[in-house]
Amino acid sequence: MTVKYSNEHEWIRVEGEVGTVGISPYAQEQLGDVVFVEVPQAGRTVAKGESVAVVESVKAASDIYSPVSGDVTDGNAALADAPGDINADPMGKGWIFKIKLANKADLDGLMDQAAYDAFVKSLS
Amino acid sequence: MSQSGPLKRTPLHALHQELGARLVPFAGYEMPVQYPTGILAEHAHTRSAAGLFDVSHMGQVRLTAKPGHSAAKALETLVPGDIVGLLPGQQRYTQFTNPHGGILDDLMVTSTGDHLLLVVNAACKDADLAHIQKHLSATCEIEPMFSRGLLALQGPQASQALARLVPSLATMKFMTGAFVTLDGAQCYVTRSGYTGGDGYEISTPADKAEAIARLLLAQPGVKAIGLGARDSLRLEAGLCLYGHDIDTTTTPIEAGLLWSIGKERRTQGGFPGADVIRRQIAEGAPRKRVGLLPEGKAIAREGAEIALDGKVIGKVTSGGFAPTLGRAVAMGYVEKAPFGDKGPANGTKVDLVVRGKPVPAEIVPMPFVKHAYYRG
Repeated sequence: MTVKYSNEHEWIRVEGEVGTVGISPYAQEQLGDVVFVEVPQAGRTVAKGESVAVVESVKAASDIYSPVSGDVTDGNAALADAPGDINADPMGKGWIFKIKLANKADLDGLMDQAAYDAFVKSLS
Repeated sequence: MSQSGPLKRTPLHALHQELGARLVPFAGYEMPVQYPTGILAEHAHTRSAAGLFDVSHMGQVRLTAKPGHSAAKALETLVPGDIVGLLPGQQRYTQFTNPHGGILDDLMVTSTGDHLLLVVNAACKDADLAHIQKHLSATCEIEPMFSRGLLALQGPQASQALARLVPSLATMKFMTGAFVTLDGAQCYVTRSGYTGGDGYEISTPADKAEAIARLLLAQPGVKAIGLGARDSLRLEAGLCLYGHDIDTTTTPIEAGLLWSIGKERRTQGGFPGADVIRRQIAEGAPRKRVGLLPEGKAIAREGAEIALDGKVIGKVTSGGFAPTLGRAVAMGYVEKAPFGDKGPANGTKVDLVVRGKPVPAEIVPMPFVKHAYYRG
């Protein structure tokens, strides 16, 4: 099970046909304390790069873009009461939505862990 | 604010770096938006203990009357506040107005008896100085003191912390000031701030700002707080942020700042835009700044439209998460006309348009979090 990253700092972990998406530890640190998350409804069809969720910190609202095309199968409803999970556990409890991939080839354009680490390093 | 050239630094820049601050460009300065604990923790700390803010980017200006003149009378030609009535050691909040009654900047004015000390917004300070020089050079000596340090110590434990160093400051009253010696340096301290809570602002010589900041941070209960929490604190307190909630297109009356206009000045005028402002006092303003409490958890931010029965009647000028309340709050301007003669009443239901969707909200009085000023 591999994790891939977009250059918008979303991660996607794919099991079978379904990917779980969230934001990277670097992204949550940049945003600061998250106070509200709007997650997509199951059943929504989204295109790669489409804005599907909103993560709001005290300072600002940030769009979350789907790293792949497909159908949303689940949104993390627990974030409504615990938005801070995105800060505390961005790769785990802080997941934002799950998506059934329309085209697994979408993953090819994403970065693996080593490439993403190098990308983050280049930003500082 | 557009900015060219390198960012300026306050006297506390090295201290911010040492404390692990995230530094961002703000009004031409490199300023700490937050420290490693984050905005929510910093906000909570300021509400429960004491927070130290570096506000040295703000502009400090000293006015001294030239022989045969009065600095207070001179300043009153530029602001609607009662400055002549300030006793030595008293402080007042007022605005520089333009000929249309719009607000060029808002500021604090303190009389020391011999001088007037002004504190203006960082983003406006060069324009403010030019404005003052243009109009008051004949009557006043004008000394910009832009390199001085300005520290805000805010919160329920601010008084204990500062009184440990200068005992007399414990009983200083809200909106008064005095010269004190701190760490061997002469400073000017006022009991004021921008959080809605108790606290002080401390003007220091530039070369003593860091030592005094370190001395304050060494007091029990005091932590460094960034501009992020400064914004969420002032929003909860219902205080205006220049460039957002007030600007050249809003008058003090529309902004709900009538309380800051001297009673005699309301009738006598003598400040820029007095005709517009006096007419609005008499007849009501066409729009009004109101507090807004959105239902649910969505956050309506600056720029969100305010709608009544589907018709846009205004815009949010500041909105965000209020950590003390654990919910979103906002303020903005609404037109008076749709509400009839009395204008928008508290309890009125409106919608705030957030990402294209209407979020029900209620017009409410401000502040959102009760002020806790020390009045003796």
